Amino acid sequence: MHGSSLVASSEAARVAEAAVRSSYGRLLAILSARSHDVAWAEDALSTAFESALQHWPQTGIPAKPEAWLLTVARRTMIDVVRQRQTQAAALPDLLLLSDELMEEVDSAAIPDQRLALMFACAHPAIDASMRAPLILQTILGLDAAAIASAFLVSPATMAQRLVRAKAKIRDSGIPLLVPDQSVIGERLYAITDAIYTIYTAGWADVTGAEGQANLADEAIWLADLLAALKPDEAESLGLLALMLYTESRRPARRDINGEYVPLTQQDTSLWDGQLIHAAEKILRRASALQQTGRYQLEAAIQSAHVARRISGQTDWPAIAQLYAQLMHITDSPVVAINHAIAVAETAGPQVALHMLPTVQAQPRLQNYQAYWAARAHLLRSAGELVLARQAYDVAIGLEPDITVRRFLQKQRVSLD
Amino acid sequence: MQYMLLIAANEADEQQIPDAEMMQVIAAYGAYSEALMQAGVLVSGERLRESTSATTVRVREGKTMVLDGPYAEAKEQLGGFYIIDVADLDAAMHWAARCPGAAYGSIEVRPVWPSENMPGDECTAAA
Repeated sequence: MHGSSLVASSEAARVAEAAVRSSYGRLLAILSARSHDVAWAEDALSTAFESALQHWPQTGIPAKPEAWLLTVARRTMIDVVRQRQTQAAALPDLLLLSDELMEEVDSAAIPDQRLALMFACAHPAIDASMRAPLILQTILGLDAAAIASAFLVSPATMAQRLVRAKAKIRDSGIPLLVPDQSVIGERLYAITDAIYTIYTAGWADVTGAEGQANLADEAIWLADLLAALKPDEAESLGLLALMLYTESRRPARRDINGEYVPLTQQDTSLWDGQLIHAAEKILRRASALQQTGRYQLEAAIQSAHVARRISGQTDWPAIAQLYAQLMHITDSPVVAINHAIAVAETAGPQVALHMLPTVQAQPRLQNYQAYWAARAHLLRSAGELVLARQAYDVAIGLEPDITVRRFLQKQRVSLD
Repeated sequence: MQYMLLIAANEADEQQIPDAEMMQVIAAYGAYSEALMQAGVLVSGERLRESTSATTVRVREGKTMVLDGPYAEAKEQLGGFYIIDVADLDAAMHWAARCPGAAYGSIEVRPVWPSENMPGDECTAAA
């Protein structure tokens, strides 16, 4: 586990900690692939890291730290099997592991099996709500408590769910393999969706308690890894571009007083030009692959918003057009709402109001803040002040973030 | 790894199926069993009589209690099963999706608990 549990008291400890950070997922993926038991592999790996912290300060850092860790972890796994050796069923595991141990461990040759591990974590047989937490734990080594706080459940509950999910991988025979070409697109969406869930959890946490793992950064790291492991899948690039565009606006989304600033009113000079440049490059690489998809379209919409930085104007016709394309591939009400907002800018609020989904048709929208905020905004532009006030009231009541609430209250008061 | 595919469907709905159509369903099961055999993954498989023919037995404090009917009342009833021996859950899910019952009922895919003298995850070639 990386984080505060490891105190960097010496160079060796620092190297050990860096090894954890960069190779946790790599090592866990290899140990899990053969044993098919993620929890068992985690235990062995954490023993190996503890051992490194103990030994390296005395013996010096080994030439191949990853290989050292892998060997110790494998030995630990064999010891565990020996202890249960009475069980004949354990024998094949033991033989397999011994074979592996005999192979000369060369860190240059350590294969990267993290993609296979991610596919197992995001397998359709794993409950959708547990895919992001599993990826955070297995690929990044985050502990249950850190994951729990991001997903608003108690640490004990999250720990229990993670244990159950890992048992499901082991007992139900979920493969630790990259699936074959016929299903890979669909399965990849399960991974990208999980990573995006991690990102949005990090984005929602505006204040970001100091010292806590920044989930937005972790999500970008994971998307970067996914893009590196699967560079031929345009959507993994699309996801990375989308998150970089969004991230570039982080410094502008609150003003100096900490008040909420909507996207269209943000000071573009505060946007991070380097991140935007990186996003543009990645999105171009994605388009070159000529497989369109949800994340690429979302990233292209962000790109059109970002154009305001150069031209001084948001490219609303392009945004409306991209949302229309997105509507073809998803029935998400969120997309429908954003589409209506873009259309209002090009065709006026009346047209947009007609396009907005209704609560009668989609009862779930009743409790969806963004729907009421959008509705209020459109009604206000259309001059329907009484209805606009009512919509603002609902939106204010549903908004958990106090700064957004204050922003909406200001909007509402300005109608009086 | 061995998996049981438990085929559940609503018996009341099934009884509404016209005979000619039922013949087609039975033929589809025949073809499916044949495909499982050809692939060398079939361990066993049977169709069960309706749940109304079930008798449930429980022994509590030494007393045997017999109930007329299945152990649990549910919308769907167990109508048959296959045991297959395949590499992993993906392969099992793949076969489950091709089972004729998947189109009108549901297929629960359950790993079989390996018996102690069976070597781990190794696939034994099924007849």
